[in-house]
Amino acid sequence: MARIIVVTSGKGGVGKTTTSASISTGLAKRGHKTVVIDFDVGLRNLDLIMNCERRVVYDFVNVIQGEASLNQALIRDKRVQSLYILPASQTREKEALTREGVEKVINELSETFDYIVCDSPAGIEHGALMALYYADEAVVVTNPEVSSVRDSDRILGILQSKSRRAEMGQDPVKEHLLLTRYNPSRVEKGEMLSVGDVEEILAIPLLGVIPESQIVLNASNQGLPVILEENSDAGQAYDDAVARLLGEEREHRFMSAQKKGFLSRMFKGG
Amino acid sequence: MSDTATSGVQHCFQLKSASVSMTALELYYFDNDEFEDTLRDKISQAPGFFKDIPLIISLEKYEGLSSELDFFKIIGTCRRNNIHVVGVRGGNDDQRRLARGAALALMPGGNQRDREVNPSDQNAAAANEPAQVSEPEASPAAELPSGPAPARIVNQPVRSGQQVYAPEGDLIILAPVQAGAEVLAAGNIHVYGPLRGRALAGIHGMQSARVFCQSLEAELVSIAGHYKISEDLQEKSWKAAVQIQLRDDLLVVTPLEKA
Repeated sequence: MARIIVVTSGKGGVGKTTTSASISTGLAKRGHKTVVIDFDVGLRNLDLIMNCERRVVYDFVNVIQGEASLNQALIRDKRVQSLYILPASQTREKEALTREGVEKVINELSETFDYIVCDSPAGIEHGALMALYYADEAVVVTNPEVSSVRDSDRILGILQSKSRRAEMGQDPVKEHLLLTRYNPSRVEKGEMLSVGDVEEILAIPLLGVIPESQIVLNASNQGLPVILEENSDAGQAYDDAVARLLGEEREHRFMSAQKKGFLSRMFKGG
Repeated sequence: MSDTATSGVQHCFQLKSASVSMTALELYYFDNDEFEDTLRDKISQAPGFFKDIPLIISLEKYEGLSSELDFFKIIGTCRRNNIHVVGVRGGNDDQRRLARGAALALMPGGNQRDREVNPSDQNAAAANEPAQVSEPEASPAAELPSGPAPARIVNQPVRSGQQVYAPEGDLIILAPVQAGAEVLAAGNIHVYGPLRGRALAGIHGMQSARVFCQSLEAELVSIAGHYKISEDLQEKSWKAAVQIQLRDDLLVVTPLEKA
């Protein structure tokens, strides 16, 4: 049985697709057979970030509607073994994602994959509800600002009430907080909420903090999951997050501003 | 929501929602003589309790013929024994027409209400039958023939967009109430965490209801229809542990003393 992880946020533009790409890549790099599904029908982006947009023939909706088999639609990643992408349809209506259709595809994937990562669209409409419905775990992507935190709170409420686990009365969906676009020096100036503030408000365990970085944008533009930028702080932060998702204990990094002063450089030895 | 806080014009009256605990007489069949005998017998067991009480006739378990139902006789018999019949609950259309003819108020069936309550609220549903005449063991000194409505207890955070409602008694929340969430109770509301959303206590008009919380960060607090919004709450004890109560139609916030 595969573990189903939804990457969600409520708010748009906080880094859901970037996170989906990096987490699925990270899981596959550790040897777990992983598939990442783009639920954003009509606004598909995951294929761009995963650099497979020129290889899309069939998509998620084709499979649901029986126009293609799963094997025809799944795209195998060129960089990481055992990583597959199921792209969204760019032309269909999002209502094409029926609950039965999604269940059929997820059940079929469950038979052969270890992890199914569902990249949710923004909002709390049909597509987002479908992405989270079958989830066992949820990575709630949040930016350190009040409206993103409020929307994350809303999506946490929906996970508690509208997921399959909630409807069936099973154990609740396991929730993880992933703080992205974190800028410690702006936090110190009081321009951004701190990790502590967000944790206090949302009251769910912290999976990781991804620092704000130009590397993230560059990687996205090149179609490279940022976790593969192994020397960058954002890449390492995603790697830590994946390790924690798999139960490893890792200390949180990149949460305080780097001191670039002359003296501190002297004493730290460069 | 009350309009007292906003309108300056003084009208001759204003309507407020009220919730009154009443005794229901569950009628199985009607025979005038037998009715009076049974009623006298019940009263003799607790004369003080039955003096001048309002009574509703519950027809949900009535099995006799509708034509035998003589509300004028029921009202007369009750009146002679200092009991005031105010209305009927449940019953079919014919029975309700008869009740209306006798100038009685019509109330929705209790069973129907019970069914609407979702299964996780079974405690609340049980409290929907607050009183039955067939409980003479209630001592005359007791104000209510049955115990208080059970509190609803919530262990998880109440998130933005969620609403938690305790229609009968108190509401106790052992987690934060987030901004954009709403908690409502007929009785008191206790929040053992920060209260960041809206809290409405005493929604059926219970003026003695209070709101307790560990950190006051609320968007709105209301007691029996009198409310204060976040802006007005920030003047005092903001982000502190407080209780909020109604005094002379004004919401009063007082810090909770640490023991």
